[in-house]
Amino acid sequence: MTSPAIVADGLRKTYRGKAALDGFGLTVATGTVCGLLGPNGAGKTTAVRILATLLDFDAGRAEVAGADVAREPGLVRERIALTGQYAAVDGSLTGRQNLVLFGRLHHLGRRAARARADELLDQFTLTEAADRSASEYSGGMQRRLDLAASLIRAPRVLFLDEPTTGLDPRSRNQVWDTVRKLVADGTTVLMTTQYLDEADQLADRISVVDTGRVVAEGTPDELKATIGADRLEVVVRDAGRLADAAAVLTRVVGAEVGTDPDTRQLRAPVTDRVTALIEAARALRGAGIAVDDLGVRRPTLDEAFLQLTGHGAA
Amino acid sequence: MTTLADGWVMTGRYLRHVIREPEQIVIYFSLPVMFVLVFGYVFGSGMAVGGDSYREFLLPGVFVMTQLYGLGATATAISLDISRGVVDRFRSMPTARSALMVGRSTADLTRALLEMAVLIVCGLLVGWQAHRGFGPALAAIGLILLLRLALTWVGMFLGSVVKNPDTVSVIVFPLAFPLTALSNVFVAPEQMPAWLGAISQWNPISATVAAARELFGNPGLGSDAWPAEHAMLLAVAWPLLLIAVFAPLAIRRYRRMSR
Repeated sequence: MTSPAIVADGLRKTYRGKAALDGFGLTVATGTVCGLLGPNGAGKTTAVRILATLLDFDAGRAEVAGADVAREPGLVRERIALTGQYAAVDGSLTGRQNLVLFGRLHHLGRRAARARADELLDQFTLTEAADRSASEYSGGMQRRLDLAASLIRAPRVLFLDEPTTGLDPRSRNQVWDTVRKLVADGTTVLMTTQYLDEADQLADRISVVDTGRVVAEGTPDELKATIGADRLEVVVRDAGRLADAAAVLTRVVGAEVGTDPDTRQLRAPVTDRVTALIEAARALRGAGIAVDDLGVRRPTLDEAFLQLTGHGAA
Repeated sequence: MTTLADGWVMTGRYLRHVIREPEQIVIYFSLPVMFVLVFGYVFGSGMAVGGDSYREFLLPGVFVMTQLYGLGATATAISLDISRGVVDRFRSMPTARSALMVGRSTADLTRALLEMAVLIVCGLLVGWQAHRGFGPALAAIGLILLLRLALTWVGMFLGSVVKNPDTVSVIVFPLAFPLTALSNVFVAPEQMPAWLGAISQWNPISATVAAARELFGNPGLGSDAWPAEHAMLLAVAWPLLLIAVFAPLAIRRYRRMSR
């Protein structure tokens, strides 16, 4: 078991008397993706900026890629990369010039910086646009260039602050693919997002952040499980048979069944998904009740979020 | 070592901006050239020192004025870098934190040299000359560049205080224009109402302009006010004072981004 790539413990950060982080703690295992999920102003960005050495903190302890954030910020900077909420590239320079510039500022030699820029342009399918001004790039291309700039020195830990905000679905998928490849190569990723499906798709573990601290932590499935059981959902064709259907389902699941006359829907918690589905179908047919829809669903992260923080995401 | 190397890479970056956006240079030079033409030929005949000698009188003022307007480009570039998150990227890299400001001031001085070369050619074309030879002319250019360095620091401070890059370009003109109008660039401060004249006399721009006129051997105003008589001293002291005030302020702003 290798040591964790990111450890934060009891981080506090106060802006003008208001606590942005209030006992923030986090552990991210090497080679995994951790998603920081939370509404605007929850402290996600503050946490990332502190861990990326951009911001001082008032109390607590943080270690990134084996270096202490407060005492060895230079060492941390050697080992991390940050892609923020805006494409942080120089719009007046070409894509290639940007990558060479960042390579040189990473202390690569002139020739090495050029060679690395060519590799990255190729990898991010930007070779064709390499000699155009970055300001002429589309949003997706700028974001790709931004990510490429973060990967000049193969960082051990990559911070992504809302990496796909404002991107079209295709560019979003490209960014996701890139992140998956990086993780497959052993990079640790800490990403903030307001998109629950993004965290669901990419993250091995999710930390839900609210009012400056982590209020829940786990795999996406675990988080959903903490919210409660899977649900059997049935829509009957004839609203007049709702009561009959409820009686049938109560016998099947052995629990209270909720009904909604407006949508002709019935809901009941279940433990064994498949058995419940088969038994319910059989019993409803036996009772001669026509059914429009029948299924078992797991609570969404949106619902999980609402329950954990007491208010919706974003 | 890395401090110097990083600063140098950053200098290259800002100079590349100049090469990649040549239209900005054209716009940039249109202002001083217009001033030479409008004031030198249109208003020149009605001025205290008329005709050819007014142009000789005017040119050192235009040299200095151009440096003052350079402050706008500096402030805008810094503000843009901060608002776009480019500065955050630099700060999350193992790049020397001084690189941004070292690079910008070196690039600005290089730009200023280029601008001076263009303006001097313009000046020679309209009949301006340096009469006292090579050494004093170099000294005059040195004083003008010293002022530019000071203005670069003012610009970097401004750019780090004003969050919106668009706002920067809007506030620079109303800031810079009175500084040139209330100086000895176009007219003698003695012709202004007493209190305005006093401001003009003590204006840092006036000091550098008066010193440059003297070193170039161009007609001056022959004023016997204290600042005019000690123009050479003030042309060194004012920029040093501006640097002493604004360099720590700008560096402090940069450091406080971590708060």
